[in-house]
This record gives sequence, C-alpha cells and structure tokens, in this order.
Amino acid sequence: MSGEFLRLLVTDYTLRTVTLGAALLGLTSGTLGAFAVLRRQALLGDAVAHATLPGIALAFLLTLSKAPLILLLGAAVSGWLGTLLVLAVVRNTRIREDAALGLILSVFFGLGLVLLTRIQKMPLASQAGLDSFLFGQAATLMVGDVQAMALLAAPVLLLLVLLWKEWKLISFDPEYGATLGYRVRLLDTVMTSMIVVAIVIGLQTVGVVLMSAMIVAPAAAARQWTDRLSVMVGLSAFFGALAGVCGAILSSSTSQLPTGPSIVVIISLIVAFSLAFAPNRGLVWDWVRQARNRSRLRLDTVLGNMMLLARQHEEADYGHKAAAIGALSGGRIGIEARLRELRREGFVEMDRQGDWHLTAKGVARCEMIVKKWEP
Amino acid sequence: MGKMANGTASEAAQSGMAVEVFDLTVAYRDKPVLWDIDLAVPQGLLMAIVGPNGAGKTTLMKAILGLVKSAAGEVRIFGKPYSMVRSRVGYVPQRGSVDWDFPTTVIDVVMMGAYARLGWLKRPGRNEHAEALSALDRVGMAEYADRQISQLSGGQQQRVFLARALMQDAMLYLMDEPFQGVDATTERAIVDLLRDMRKAGKTVIVVHHDLQTVGEYFDWVTLLNVRRIASGQVSEVFTSENLRLAYGGKIGFLGEEELAQARNTSLNGERLRDEVGL
Repeated sequence: MSGEFLRLLVTDYTLRTVTLGAALLGLTSGTLGAFAVLRRQALLGDAVAHATLPGIALAFLLTLSKAPLILLLGAAVSGWLGTLLVLAVVRNTRIREDAALGLILSVFFGLGLVLLTRIQKMPLASQAGLDSFLFGQAATLMVGDVQAMALLAAPVLLLLVLLWKEWKLISFDPEYGATLGYRVRLLDTVMTSMIVVAIVIGLQTVGVVLMSAMIVAPAAAARQWTDRLSVMVGLSAFFGALAGVCGAILSSSTSQLPTGPSIVVIISLIVAFSLAFAPNRGLVWDWVRQARNRSRLRLDTVLGNMMLLARQHEEADYGHKAAAIGALSGGRIGIEARLRELRREGFVEMDRQGDWHLTAKGVARCEMIVKKWEP
Repeated sequence: MGKMANGTASEAAQSGMAVEVFDLTVAYRDKPVLWDIDLAVPQGLLMAIVGPNGAGKTTLMKAILGLVKSAAGEVRIFGKPYSMVRSRVGYVPQRGSVDWDFPTTVIDVVMMGAYARLGWLKRPGRNEHAEALSALDRVGMAEYADRQISQLSGGQQQRVFLARALMQDAMLYLMDEPFQGVDATTERAIVDLLRDMRKAGKTVIVVHHDLQTVGEYFDWVTLLNVRRIASGQVSEVFTSENLRLAYGGKIGFLGEEELAQARNTSLNGERLRDEVGL
C-alpha cells in the first residue's frame, strides 16, 4: 500500500499538493508551537485561531476573491487584532487573562460565523468552499495555496533560526533579558506575530476550530522526549509535519472526512503515545519505577525485620518461621514470595526446618540501608 | 528631600556612589508600593535591603533596573542613567521567577550572561563555554554543567543564577533574595562569593530576609517599608528602633492579624519580637 502511495505521491498532482501543504503547515505550527507552549501562550493560540474567522469573511466580502494570499492576509490581520485586544483587556481592565481569552475568542468567532452565514446566502457562485475554513479541507488545496503558505512560512522560520538565542532568552527569563538590554517588548510582539502567522498558515487545511491543537499538541509531545530546546523544536516540527501529512492523506482518501479532525486525531495519538512511553517523562516508566521502588521497599522491610529478630539470638543463623517474619512486616500475605525473592538475590537462606535467616550478604545490606538513613 | 535631585548627576559621578535614587515613587494602579525613596549606596560594599513582606524590596530592585515603571523619581548608577551603564550591572532575579522545567542545560543558562556582550544574532561559542565553566566552578557547580536544569535543588538553581551573573563581569550586582530557601552549602558559597566581589571592588545589593545574619554578611543596610526607614552602616542604622519602624510601624493602620503577620515575616521572628519589643 505504501508503495502505491509513493507512486501516487510522485504522479498524482492533487495528492502531492495536499501532502506538501500539510507538511508545511505541520512544520511551521510545530516549530512555533514549541515556543508558544514554553511561553505559556498555548491558549492565546486558540483565541487567535478563532479570531481569524471574521478576517477571512471580511477579506472575501471586500474583494469577492478567494485568492489564498488575500484570505490569509485578512485572517492574519483579524487574528492579530484579537491578540492585541486580549493584551489590552488584560492590561487595562480587571478582567484576567483566561476570561479575556474566552471573551475575545467567542466574540470574534461569533462575528465570523455571522458573516460566513451571510456570505453563504449571497447570490454569488464564488463563495463555495469558504466554509471549509471551519473544519479545514486539505483536498481543496491548490498549488497557489501552498505557495502562499510557503511565502508566509519562510520568513518566520528564517527569523526563528537567526534569533535563536534571543528567543531562548525571552522564553526562559524575559526580565533578565531586559536587564541585558534586549528589547523584550519588541521580541515578545514579534514572537506572538510569528505564532499568529503559523496559525494562519494552517487555517485552510485544519480549520479555525481545531487549529490550536496543531500549536499545542506537537510541542507537548516533543517535550516528553527531550530536555534540549533545539531537539524539542525539531521534534515538534517533525510531529506536526507527520500528523499533517497523515491526516491530509487520510481525509483525501476518505469521502466526507474533514481534514482538521483527521490531523488532530493523529497528533493526539502521537501525544498519547509520548505521554505514556517517552523515556524519563513517560507515565508508564513512572509506574514501573514506582512499582519497583515499592517492591524494593517491601523487601528491605522484610530484611530489616529479620535483622531485628536475629539480634535476639546468639547464633547469627538462628531461623524464624515465615509467619513470624510476616507478622512483623505488615502481614503474612505474600511473605513467602518475598522471602523467595530475597533468597534469589542471596540475602536470606532457608534451613532444613523451613526456617529463614539472613546471609552475610543480607546483614551487609541491612547495615548499608541503616547507614543511608542516618545522616 | 526633593531638592537633592537637582543638579546632582555630575556630583554623583565624582562622589563614588554606585547607586543613587532620588524621590523614587512606584505605584500599582493607585496603591503606592514605594514612596519617595532616596538612597545613596557607596561603591565597594555589600548592602542588604530588608523589610517586611510587601515592603517593596523587589520593586525597588526592579525600579533601579528599569523593569517596573516609576511614577516619579530618578535613578543613577555610577552617576549615569542605567541605560548607559547597563553592561556594568548584573542582576540575579528570584529563583522562583523562571520555569525550571524549561528544556535547557545548566551551561546554557550560564552562557546567557554573555548574551549582552554578544549582541544580536551572534551565538555563544567556545570562549563563552569556557568562561561559563569557570563561572560555574566559582560557585562550586562545575560538574553540573551538562545537567538538565530541572534536576537541580533550590540551592543549586540559585548558584546557577549567580554563575550567570558572574559571566557579565559587572561592577554592581543586584540580587533578589539569593539566600531564600537554600541549603547551608549554598549559603556558604554565596557569602564567600560576596566577599570575593567586595575584595574586587564590586558593589552588591541584596534583598535579604534573615535579620540575624545582616550584621555578619553585610556592611550596609537599608530598611524599607514602602518608605525608606533608614539606610547606612549596619552598626549605625540596624537598631531596634528602626526595626520597629520597618516591621511594626504600620500599627496605626493595621489590625491585629496583619500585625502578627508583620512580626512573623522574618525568619527569626523570635529575635525580632525581642528586639522590637512587640
């Protein structure tokens, strides 16, 4: 199947365009999303995405053209305006950021829906397909769209690489950056604008409703795998592109399947896998580590109690019944298994009467544990 | 006191003051956080800023650095506006002011201290790396260079911030609560570092919480509670009368609860209560 897909990718014009566009959008949103997440601006991404809708509708109403660059420009202006409004509301009123985001998001989105409905009822033929901006439609991507996306993405990605150390600085410690003489306000504005551009690039494919997932999810997944900023940004770009391509192809090859949700389902799978299985940060390894620690602790408790029991006798290898050891160590259930495990490790032995005692190695381990807990 | 501000800039340059603050007022909305602060810190000494919670200690530091807008007043550093002498000033922010889960390594954070020197676009290279390592060595953290910063203890985080400031090779350092919640090793390391800095003729201003160690660690102290209560040599101004003014002075406006809180602000509330006699 993949062989056939590769053949189609080379020969099928539409598929090639769609794949290219989806990869481009995933790459850009993954890259910028990494910074949005690290700067705790993930929610701002959602507000921006929704705030672009009236811009798209107005751009169409003013020009009656569906030229991609014009629509995306409208989207960018309106998304940017939304961002500014959020910041203005936070700065000048007592409304907090989360409320301001919710407010701007719904007001702009509502306005966009009204305009879009109005456009649908206009006696024009050219408006068809404008509503695909809601949930995204990769199948409608044309070469011109992809060119417009590339035109927007190139300067953003270039700027990101050129000012790498500055972005790192203002993402980690903006106040310190300001004392170093960097114009943090300006850098902040530029970074936010770049995030707006990244969102705008994905609108046609993913749609305004779900676009914020492409900002947050690749970055969240990437963070799981690495502790280095450069690797995180690279991985985030890769995850974004991967999800974009898979989702676009999935929806192109299935009728009635909108692209945005397909892409989001795939990136969600990547996130879920990363959350569970990434080394160090993965939840599964956490559980394994915890279970191991717990079981070690239980075994050490048994050893410690056997030491206490042994101290009451002259002979070092005076044995005790498993039940007696179990009673001291928080219950008889499983005590046999624990003793057998300790025997396998060489810490205890069983004599001919079936009584258990510590080996020299077991005594040494007890002494080591005690030393560890004493300051 | 307002008269002091006039025509003092050139005098200051000769007077050997590291920091001068004239009539500084900072307000959040309509609530004054700092009120008409005058301050003159001579060069080459270690100064503590003490005061109860909400006294404006951090705000004073940030206002000196231009990080918060002042409603009125003027700040001079080595007799010049801060923007002209930026490279001679190093800042050590509160350790809690950043996200320590940020994906980066210790050495990367320390190298940020060289960013101002590098300017736009240029990346830190081999020289900066070596320099960062030696800065880490000075705070006893050399072997942590390649650690992920989330693996550090509080004291180690603090020392990383200090190493970053050392990279700037400044003449004046402003440190916001470097002793807050650190282990004994770190406290020792910071004190040694402060003394080294003083020996090298540098001026260090430290927001400090532990009244008990003010006399031991510092030459000079400023007591602050929205207004400047007193500022000068520890032996002269660190008196129970001034402490009462700084920590208990709000008696007239405060209820019993706030008063108790003010009394307990310092780490050694016991001694404070004795001294202040509350």
